Amino acid sequence: MVIDTEGLTFNFGKQTVVKSLSLKVPEGSIYGFLGPNGAGKTTTIKLLLNLLKTQEGSIRIFEKELQSNRIEILSQIGSLIEQPAIYLHLSGKENLLNRALLLQIPEKRVEEMLELVHLTNAAHKKAGQYSLGMKQRLGIALALLSDPKLLILDEPTNGLDPNGIIEVRELLLRLVNHHKKTVFISSHLLAEVERMATHVGIINYGELLFQGSIDELQTLNQPQVQIEAENTVDAANFLKRNDFTVTEVDEHYIYLPFTSKQNMAEINTLLNRNGYPIYSINKQQKDLEKLFLAITQNA
Amino acid sequence: MGFWSSVILPLLLCLLVFVGFFSKSDHAANQPGIMLWMEFSAVLLLIMGSLILPMLIVFIAYSVNSVEHKADTWKTLFSLPISKFSIYAAKYLYAFFLVFLCLSLFVLFTLAFGNLLSVLKPALKFTEYNAAGALTQVYFKLFLSALGILSIQFLLSLLFRDFLKPMGIGFVCAVTGAILAGNNWTYAYLFPYSHPMVAVSTIKDGLKNNMQKGSAAPINVDIFTKEIWVSLSIAVIIFIAGYFIVLKKSVK
Repeated sequence: MVIDTEGLTFNFGKQTVVKSLSLKVPEGSIYGFLGPNGAGKTTTIKLLLNLLKTQEGSIRIFEKELQSNRIEILSQIGSLIEQPAIYLHLSGKENLLNRALLLQIPEKRVEEMLELVHLTNAAHKKAGQYSLGMKQRLGIALALLSDPKLLILDEPTNGLDPNGIIEVRELLLRLVNHHKKTVFISSHLLAEVERMATHVGIINYGELLFQGSIDELQTLNQPQVQIEAENTVDAANFLKRNDFTVTEVDEHYIYLPFTSKQNMAEINTLLNRNGYPIYSINKQQKDLEKLFLAITQNA
Repeated sequence: MGFWSSVILPLLLCLLVFVGFFSKSDHAANQPGIMLWMEFSAVLLLIMGSLILPMLIVFIAYSVNSVEHKADTWKTLFSLPISKFSIYAAKYLYAFFLVFLCLSLFVLFTLAFGNLLSVLKPALKFTEYNAAGALTQVYFKLFLSALGILSIQFLLSLLFRDFLKPMGIGFVCAVTGAILAGNNWTYAYLFPYSHPMVAVSTIKDGLKNNMQKGSAAPINVDIFTKEIWVSLSIAVIIFIAGYFIVLKKSVK
């Protein structure tokens, strides 16, 4: 495990922000750390970076205790917390050079990073004049500068346009697949990480509600039958009278829990025979977004 | 910002005194060189000692830390593989350097403008006396007397994000310090914000004594008087205490 926490708990005054968290982030994974705003994501990340002192529980990173190996561990982590921390009076390149100087990294690496995040053309522009997306990309470049084994990114796609989001996603996939990095990425949007994450942790009110691979998350996901009918309300009422459970009805569709293919055929015949025309009927996975909402709301 | 303020301030003040001297130099003509130097630098020392030096330090300490507050970079700095002490000490050292630079420039500019005066107005015999040694001693004493304030203000600016708290506290303390020292309060040497002014007045008293003894001998500044020791102790204690506060502090 690259990150391994045990019973991690953190209180701000009387309020418990992180409750007994046990994160397991395997090597080479893209771990999507999900939760609504204010769920405790940023606090957890600050604990992982030793910015907040661990009050209860333990954090092990690269199989080493964080408190006693702080510098050694941090030297292998690149991080981006909330809005990127950038000196606005310096140019993008100067920001990177400044960091390279601090960490004794060769200057050559600065050019590579600028190219990687497509900022070469804006390298000499003051970072204060950068757009939100450019700042975010510069922040990612800063995080990657020391070529860390583990990247911890807090909402890295905040403020990026769809193009930028895709770019970041491709960049992260490349880093994991070709450079054997591990990425820990937080987000409040499942849709944003579901296309790249290999593992997911879902947190709300400081508690971990789900943790596992993206496939495990999918199996939680009960398939359903989606029926497109002319008059959905009448058809749904008719199904109910015949002892079928209807989960949802809207203007165009009726949804029922999926049990078997035979069952689907039965529904189809029943509706057609009784004068409820059906345009389509199919088995469907609930989308993960709804599942995510269901998980976070049931808690 | 801190850097330029510590360069421009001595330049500006020396220039002003230079202009003042240049336009009203009749009375000073044919005075001995040592007196000219004393008169010339006394104006600067009195201004600096009373309010300007403490306020400059308040500003320098603020500017060194505000860079990180503004860019929100404390969290990044503290998540880099660098020991917290290095970050804290490096920041302090830079503020320390700026104060040192500023006071060194005062020595330099005072000498330069003094010599320039004697070139422009040969009646002013600045060249008669070499003031470099004496001025260096005087400003070194002033520098040491300022270190207590520096440590306190540095810590305040590091802890408080906004401009007003460290500035406000610093300003009130500097004014209080000036009043205390100005009234020759017996215990002014215990209050760090009074130290520069107390230091200036001990220099003045020392000079008076020398003059009364009738020795126009080289000015000898007694650098390590009691307010200097207090200033240095406070500087060291607050610096160390500040480190432990930083160590304990969570980065928001």
